[in-house]
Amino acid sequence: MPEIKNYTMNFGPQHPAAHGVLRLVLELDGEVIQRADPHIGLLHRATEKLAEHKTFLQSVPYMDRLDYVSMLCNEHAYVQAIEKLAGIDVPVRAQYIRVMFDEITRILNHLMWLGAHGLDIGAMTVFLYCFREREDLMDAYEAVSGARMHAAYYRPGGVYRDMPDTMPQYEASKIHNAAAVKKMNENRQGSLLDFLEDFTRRFPTCVDEYETLLTDNRIWKQRTVDIGIVTPERAVALGMTGPMLRGSGVEWDLRKKRPYAAYDQLDFDIPVGKNGDSYDRYLVRVEEMRQSNRIVKQCITWLRANPGAVMTTNHKFAPPARESMKQNMEELIHHFKLFTEGMHVPAGEAYAAVEHPKGELGIYLVSDGANKPYRLKIRAPGFPHLAALDEMVRGHMIADVVTIIGTQDIVFGEIDR
Amino acid sequence: MEWLLPIQNLLGSAWLPIWTVVKIMLIVGPLMIGVAYLTLAERKVIGWMQSRIGPNRVGYFGLLQPLADGLKLLMKEIIIPSGSNKLLFVIAPIMVLMPALAAWAVIPFSAELVLTNVNAGLLYILAMTSLGVYGVIIAGWASNSKYAFLGCLRSAAQIVSYEIAMGFALVTVLMAAQSLNLGDIVRGQHGQYGMLNWYIIPLFPMFIVYLISGVAETNRAPFDVAEGESEIVAGFHVEYSGMGFALFFLGEYANMILIAFLTSIMFLGGWLSPVPFLPDSIVWMLAKVAFVLFLFLWFRATFPRYRYDQLMRLGWKVFIPVTLVWVVVVGAWMQTPYWLW
Repeated sequence: MPEIKNYTMNFGPQHPAAHGVLRLVLELDGEVIQRADPHIGLLHRATEKLAEHKTFLQSVPYMDRLDYVSMLCNEHAYVQAIEKLAGIDVPVRAQYIRVMFDEITRILNHLMWLGAHGLDIGAMTVFLYCFREREDLMDAYEAVSGARMHAAYYRPGGVYRDMPDTMPQYEASKIHNAAAVKKMNENRQGSLLDFLEDFTRRFPTCVDEYETLLTDNRIWKQRTVDIGIVTPERAVALGMTGPMLRGSGVEWDLRKKRPYAAYDQLDFDIPVGKNGDSYDRYLVRVEEMRQSNRIVKQCITWLRANPGAVMTTNHKFAPPARESMKQNMEELIHHFKLFTEGMHVPAGEAYAAVEHPKGELGIYLVSDGANKPYRLKIRAPGFPHLAALDEMVRGHMIADVVTIIGTQDIVFGEIDR
Repeated sequence: MEWLLPIQNLLGSAWLPIWTVVKIMLIVGPLMIGVAYLTLAERKVIGWMQSRIGPNRVGYFGLLQPLADGLKLLMKEIIIPSGSNKLLFVIAPIMVLMPALAAWAVIPFSAELVLTNVNAGLLYILAMTSLGVYGVIIAGWASNSKYAFLGCLRSAAQIVSYEIAMGFALVTVLMAAQSLNLGDIVRGQHGQYGMLNWYIIPLFPMFIVYLISGVAETNRAPFDVAEGESEIVAGFHVEYSGMGFALFFLGEYANMILIAFLTSIMFLGGWLSPVPFLPDSIVWMLAKVAFVLFLFLWFRATFPRYRYDQLMRLGWKVFIPVTLVWVVVVGAWMQTPYWLW
């Protein structure tokens, strides 16, 4: 009798559902997965090594490019590690701004995830609805930092600058006439905070809209319920964090358990799942969007009431004001040192982690007292998730591989680093 | 057709084949235009549903977009993979398109407008639509590609299962109409109450089954597992380029229009007017077809894709039992005086 061999299939790296450059070698029995072997490294850019050859400040934009759909959360972990090591006090206003933008980032990430996940499962309309709302949030990024995605907005010791008082306006063009532009600019008349407040008012209705299309949809449920179940014990053992862990029912969120920045001042809930399947993770992420919206609202109220500095006054790490630099020798030296060789972080090591939209993003920083890190290690949340892919997909079908890659919220920027 | 008589006399025995060819042209021509503009309608309708505008650059409102697309595909190189079976690889798209066009021979567009008025029209349609799957299977197999192979396996299983449900749905129609002639089926729905005389009323579950099977039969979302662009990339036609690729789409869209025509003929009263005081005409037919096609597009914009095994489960465990039961129900119903159709 001839031996029956499994059907080996190469999934990716150029595959519409590979979320970037994932390459999977699938062993199939018919359409049932026997083994999934993820191959990584196709987006490796040596971020950790590059950071060793750049001053501390120069690595901030590299952090944006780790998980390139949740840019500011990555930066937050990095600046926190520096602040921890150097003992810098960050002004409270900067903390709130960071929290607000972390949550905006979380919404951005989850919208991207929801859209892509929907598209993978074949619901393409959700994708465009999600991107409609993403646009507004990217405008907020742009208003505050000048860049729609790779903001480079956080600094060790605070944030680059305070919120702008005006929003950029659309201008009439061949496609949009004056009347249309007026309507598009309606919510851009005030400051960035006004714009964001308008967004937080609208956003829950938008989430309802996505949920109408998916949550009770029989096909959506058939495609996600009981797909890729992870038990709480396995989730912990596999090193899962974020919605992957909470979807399995483990209530672990660094924002609550190890509060950083201003999270201990804010009121929000941590949604957890029950069965640990793709559908629960979907529900967890959708609820997280609503909670993030709540946090953004609270931050807006606080930021309106409490003006103040957004950068530390420790001028060994933050540049001094130009006027004082012109008059004060000490400040001139600070300025010169900062802009020639950069900040010197005292020797030692620090680990700082944030609750990144995908899980725990940690930066382990070793400094030898020079103006560059001695070693920078990034703990990417997606890496352990991808490592668990084989376990999650075994016994499922090809279509479920796509669901499971989607539910893991894989982004290759952080996995390959 | 009195004015054609002089030409008929002139051509003598050559008249019949020439006249048939002309009639075929008169059906296939508008059909191809319909296919082209269905692609535009699809992009526009789905665009509006997704809060965007769809193509609007080529011609007014993008009206020349289908021509531009067609021209582009026509100019592209046809790549034949070196590992493929060249003959079958080339034949496959033709085998998809051919039955999709051949089925139109028996479609009555209005009371007089039909190419061939055969009594076994319904059987002919069933035979022709089933043939399309061979093109798909051959395409997947001849490509010698793993993705294409998976796509053709899925497609074969899917079409075979839904064919059964579809066939049974049609059995109830032929029971109600007591004829296999499509023209007679429409005439059987004629009555004094307008749309209440249509078969959709007594055969409503069959209408739903037929419509959904039709979506599955044409490999359209949410049943597009054979293509499944996010799973097996494009399934059976992943290796095709240029005109070979275009032929698959011509076939798919021609089949969509065909299913829409069949749905309106068998359940929605064909060219009959929905209200008694308006005259019957081909306009009604086209309006009903447009409505069914709109449903196809609407489904695509709304639903996620079924998984292959769930699709089979729906076909075998839901549709086939439902159709079997309804065949018995209709049979019993017709023996009682309460059968009014």
